[in-house]
Amino acid sequence: MHTLIQAQQLQRRYGNHLAVDGLDIELCRGDILGFLGPNGAGKSTCMRMLTGNLAPHGGRILIDGLDLLEQPLQAKRNLGYLPETPPVYREMQVDEYLQFAARLNAIPKADCARAVDRAKQRCGLGDVGRRLIGNLSKGYQQRVGIAQAIIHDPMVVVLDEPTVGLDPNQIREIRSLIRELGEAHSVILSTHILPEVQSICNRVQIINQGRTVYSDRLSQAEAAVETLQLRLQHPPGLADLLALPGVDAAEEISQGHFQLRLAADAQIPALAQRVVEHGWGLAALIPQQRTLEQIFVELTAGEVQA
Amino acid sequence: MIRVIAAKELRLLFLSPLAWSLLGVLQLILAWIFLIQLDQFIQLQPRLAGIEGAPGLTDLVAAPLLGSAGTFLMLFMPLLSMRLFSDEYRNGTFSMLLTAPVSMTQIALGKFFGLLGFLAVALLLSLLMPLSLSLGGSLDWGKLAAAFLGLSLMVAAFSAIGLWLSSLTSQPAVAAISTYGVLLFFWIINLAAETNEESSQLFQWLSLQSHYQTMMQGLVKSEDLIYYALVILAFLLLAIRQLDNRRREA
Repeated sequence: MHTLIQAQQLQRRYGNHLAVDGLDIELCRGDILGFLGPNGAGKSTCMRMLTGNLAPHGGRILIDGLDLLEQPLQAKRNLGYLPETPPVYREMQVDEYLQFAARLNAIPKADCARAVDRAKQRCGLGDVGRRLIGNLSKGYQQRVGIAQAIIHDPMVVVLDEPTVGLDPNQIREIRSLIRELGEAHSVILSTHILPEVQSICNRVQIINQGRTVYSDRLSQAEAAVETLQLRLQHPPGLADLLALPGVDAAEEISQGHFQLRLAADAQIPALAQRVVEHGWGLAALIPQQRTLEQIFVELTAGEVQA
Repeated sequence: MIRVIAAKELRLLFLSPLAWSLLGVLQLILAWIFLIQLDQFIQLQPRLAGIEGAPGLTDLVAAPLLGSAGTFLMLFMPLLSMRLFSDEYRNGTFSMLLTAPVSMTQIALGKFFGLLGFLAVALLLSLLMPLSLSLGGSLDWGKLAAAFLGLSLMVAAFSAIGLWLSSLTSQPAVAAISTYGVLLFFWIINLAAETNEESSQLFQWLSLQSHYQTMMQGLVKSEDLIYYALVILAFLLLAIRQLDNRRREA
């Protein structure tokens, strides 16, 4: 696989506070990485370092094999970045602004009009080209921000909370745009909306207090069924449930409603058959995957309180 | 790349009412001064006619007019330069420049030349009034050119100072106040020269206006040209350094 971003041992301090502490990020072509973490975990700092907006205090960053610190101009040609607030000049018209963005990213003058048209079409800005950016709604400004990030067709697109302030229809459009971008480029996306990550990202990295606490391909993260909700009309004692094959722990949530924690090799069909054989009056059996939300809360909540 | 940034800077300036109102006010005030100077010249003319080597139209009308243009531009400069970087820091638009394949030097120079572009418009507009005198009288073209060169260089030096101070803060008002402070200080620093003998030469040399005044008299000395070049270069370098530092320490 062709590695587009390789960041090793990134470090960044603010005064004495270590905001990012030895973070590694690696991204291949076709990857859409969901970058998660509680507020203040260092997500934005990290993204600003990856895009050359902040200089790291340690570590190195390679963009498509080019060192961002040693060859910044060449490396930045392959970067597009949407910060938390879209970097738009409110006094300018959309067309004018995108034209500037195209020229700034070293697109030859002859190709500018085409690049602007393409970016506008991809971000659904076709009918607002002549409007002043300051008069556009937040959602449209956000789209203009995304348009400037992808106008030069960069290999790496970094989006800091791209769907904030958008209405549900716009969110769907932006998500499909990000999926489309992910096919030919690699995308890093930070967000607080976990279902968003599940629906568009194929990789997830959770950071907390400047360190990576979880990093995985999403398909694997979702695969294992770990708990089972069980509703029984004639509930037995907890000991009987524990005796079932593949059950590690059992807990009664309410009358006749149990939650079972399963072993890794548990066979759900066999288990269901035993429950029926016992005649406990099986009313519902709900396999539960360990969701991203559970992973997120487990890995980040404890330390925040500490 | 420098051109792209300069063009954007110029475009943004003219998209805001600030630039237009400054140009308008500057023209209005200069026109008033021009009329007063012209009136005085017409009253003096019969007496001057009899004197050998008496000061002419350029000395009595054109040079003083450009002189006051310099003073007014010093007062207007902080309002123009304050937004160069401070606004971009504050609105978050600066990250667009940082992500783009441009160096800090290109960013600083682009902004500097963008501002100079606007000032060129202001200067050429104020030059039109003395130029109109050539319709009815005779101008000393060499003297006028020297005065205009001096004015342009001094205004460019103001811009470099304003640019640097704007790169220091994300609050335009702070940038403006500090630019006023520095410009006025360098404007009046030669007042000390008259009271103190030993240091007088240094203070005289440091003053932004003393170099300009010799050029107003039609005297272009390489010393003065070097002075302005040094001031411009020094403050541009400081601005570039500040941009680099900001990325590292902000």
